[in-house]
Amino acid sequence: MYKSFLIKYAEIGVKGKNRYLFEDRLCDQIRYALTRCEGTFEVTKSQGRIYVNSLSDFDYEETIENLKTVFGVTGICPVVHVEDEGFEKLCQDVIDYIDKVYPDKNFTFKVEARRARKNYPKNSMEINCDIGEVLLDAFPEMKVDVHRPDVMLRIEVREKIYIYSTVIPGPGGLPVGTNGKGMLLLSGGIDSPVAGYMIAKRGVRIDAVYFSAPPYTSERATQKVIDLARTISKYSGPISLHIINFTEIQLYIYDQCPHDELTIIMRRYMMRIAEEIAKKSGCLGLITGESIGQVASQTMQSLMATNDVCTMPVYRPLIGFDKQEIVEVSEKIDTYETSIQPYEDCCTIFVAKHPVTKPNLNVIRIHERNLDEKIDELVKTALDTDEVVEIVYR
Amino acid sequence: MMEVYLDNSATTKCLPEVASLMTHIMCEDYGNPSSMHKKGVESEKYVRYAKEVIAKCMKVQEKEILFTSGGTESDNIALIGGAYANYRAGRHIITTRIEHPAVLQTCAYLEEQGFAVTYLPVDANGVIRLADLEKAMTKNTILVSIMHTNNEVGAVQPIEQAGALIKRMNPNTLFHVDAVQGFGKFRIYPKRMHIDLLSVSAHKIHGPKGIGFLYINERAKVRPIIFGGGQQRGMRSGTENVPGIAGMAKAVEEIFADFDAKIQYLYGIKERFVKGVSAIDGIRINGPSGQDGAPHVVSVSIQGIRSEVMLHALEDKGIYVSAGSACSSNKPSVSATLKAIGVEKQYLDSTLRFSFSLYTTEAEIDYTVKCMSELIPMLRHYTRK
Repeated sequence: MYKSFLIKYAEIGVKGKNRYLFEDRLCDQIRYALTRCEGTFEVTKSQGRIYVNSLSDFDYEETIENLKTVFGVTGICPVVHVEDEGFEKLCQDVIDYIDKVYPDKNFTFKVEARRARKNYPKNSMEINCDIGEVLLDAFPEMKVDVHRPDVMLRIEVREKIYIYSTVIPGPGGLPVGTNGKGMLLLSGGIDSPVAGYMIAKRGVRIDAVYFSAPPYTSERATQKVIDLARTISKYSGPISLHIINFTEIQLYIYDQCPHDELTIIMRRYMMRIAEEIAKKSGCLGLITGESIGQVASQTMQSLMATNDVCTMPVYRPLIGFDKQEIVEVSEKIDTYETSIQPYEDCCTIFVAKHPVTKPNLNVIRIHERNLDEKIDELVKTALDTDEVVEIVYR
Repeated sequence: MMEVYLDNSATTKCLPEVASLMTHIMCEDYGNPSSMHKKGVESEKYVRYAKEVIAKCMKVQEKEILFTSGGTESDNIALIGGAYANYRAGRHIITTRIEHPAVLQTCAYLEEQGFAVTYLPVDANGVIRLADLEKAMTKNTILVSIMHTNNEVGAVQPIEQAGALIKRMNPNTLFHVDAVQGFGKFRIYPKRMHIDLLSVSAHKIHGPKGIGFLYINERAKVRPIIFGGGQQRGMRSGTENVPGIAGMAKAVEEIFADFDAKIQYLYGIKERFVKGVSAIDGIRINGPSGQDGAPHVVSVSIQGIRSEVMLHALEDKGIYVSAGSACSSNKPSVSATLKAIGVEKQYLDSTLRFSFSLYTTEAEIDYTVKCMSELIPMLRHYTRK
């Protein structure tokens, strides 16, 4: 029954002179998401609205699912098209529409017409009143409420007449590609994929870096991270995933530094390496899944110690989230099931029984001096052997 | 780098002659054995021939061979089909604590359905005691399921004695043997050993995956669990996997040619490996290390190194082994078999399984032992503190 979708976008609407840039990006992103769907579509922008018109048969559920992955979309309204064959016919079409979409008629409604084609014989106020009356006659259980209706029935008079009343919520945010690129430190856990999703939601393109530690971590752990990146790329668009072999660095730190500081020092090197790759890939910041106090390496003292080595901004979208809140998002974006597969990641393999929770930055810096030039060589080797996997969700 | 595949209990390399026969059947002789025309008849010949080969190597009748999708399905038909066909005679089943999940999980299902299951313990070598079996047998026991060769430690069960004991106590009790690891390593004769049901899988003996068989004694009552077009006399509906069946028969023919020499070769390989690793510090072999066990499986615990780490370190050297049993290794739960044979806690998570094939060479064994003796001290140095 539906022939097109009206796309709602709240936040872009308030942009000023560069609003068209955001709208064009949004159209591009919608087109990109629709390439995954059966059927052909056209995406048009007119008078501050974006329409997705189907030019062939299409799969309704699949189309909605994919439109829901486009950041910037706040709502998706399935629209019915009818030919303009006189007002009588329109009334009948609206009655049929209501009957099909709302089997239970016990609700309040309001009609809101919009007359884009000004030569239509009735003006919008007249359409509102007349259609309202027809509906009340046809379905006596329905009631009018012009302030807080359960159902807002919209009728747009264009070449054809568009009828719609349901809004399927979209993900919100801004279209990806309107806001630069960030480098996500992606582990196999629950948090980092969510962090990537949340930053991508603000219109940011994402690349990612993963630290593997063979033989302590397995091929399957790497595959798990690739799977996670693939799920994120459903929303964020293509991701270049950098896989860094971290074993030698980790073992060297293990040999040279106090064991309870291993995790902090390791993380300082991860940040250094991530920043190097970020610079080379044109990223404007690092993204991590850290949340204050979640583990020993995420206390404010520890965050300060790891942040110390970065010159780029580090975005930590989950910083004030509780674990349960993070889990909820990960379930919503479908990374949770993958994240909980039990493969060890490189942060946990040598973790001390009692790691420092309040590291002293000066002490850490002094202990790091034990690592001398050899660590620079190891970092260089790790960067030189960077393996890049291009991830595209199809 | 040398590539050494020592995970032959998980699966084996398919023989080239098996693969080419299967390709020929899939591309040329692709008929459905149920079809009336020539293509069907031609295809049916492969199935008949396969039955002949398999029946002969176990000295049973051709009509007692049922083709299945492999070991797991064979175990399911034997246990579920056997239990339901005989439930009026009783609702008691006996098995062991060291069975493969295909048996253990099926027993758990049957427990949910109202059957009672007794799980026999094993000794330190992974072998059941006949006295325990005798004690467990009741007049309600309708089915006993004991694996021939354990997949994790290579323990071999006294099948013939167990069979005799069961039949002496209750001739109507069905005796099922999961011989997925034992078939092709031992001569197994169901009639002499009092076996009613025997599960076998082709891909453990250099055949293809997705095919196996269940021997069903003609007098054993078993109900089908898969229904449909009535193929295989209604016992297992579904078009026969002709390429798989023919490939399996080819692999069986191959393995039983000059059989004793082959098995002696395997024991030689095992002995060489056991001798080599025993010289390394902090190593223990679980289960039978000599000719009392299977010729192709050795379970090794390495003190202080998690099995996953050791596995990937060996992988790095081109050596492929498995941690515990491959079938249960993608969930890092502790092995029931290792627990049942009394492996101490500190070794449970540090156990690898090395399994050999006829194509494993002495040079490969020497290389593996050399790599292990080099890797182990290095890996022990880096541990959680």
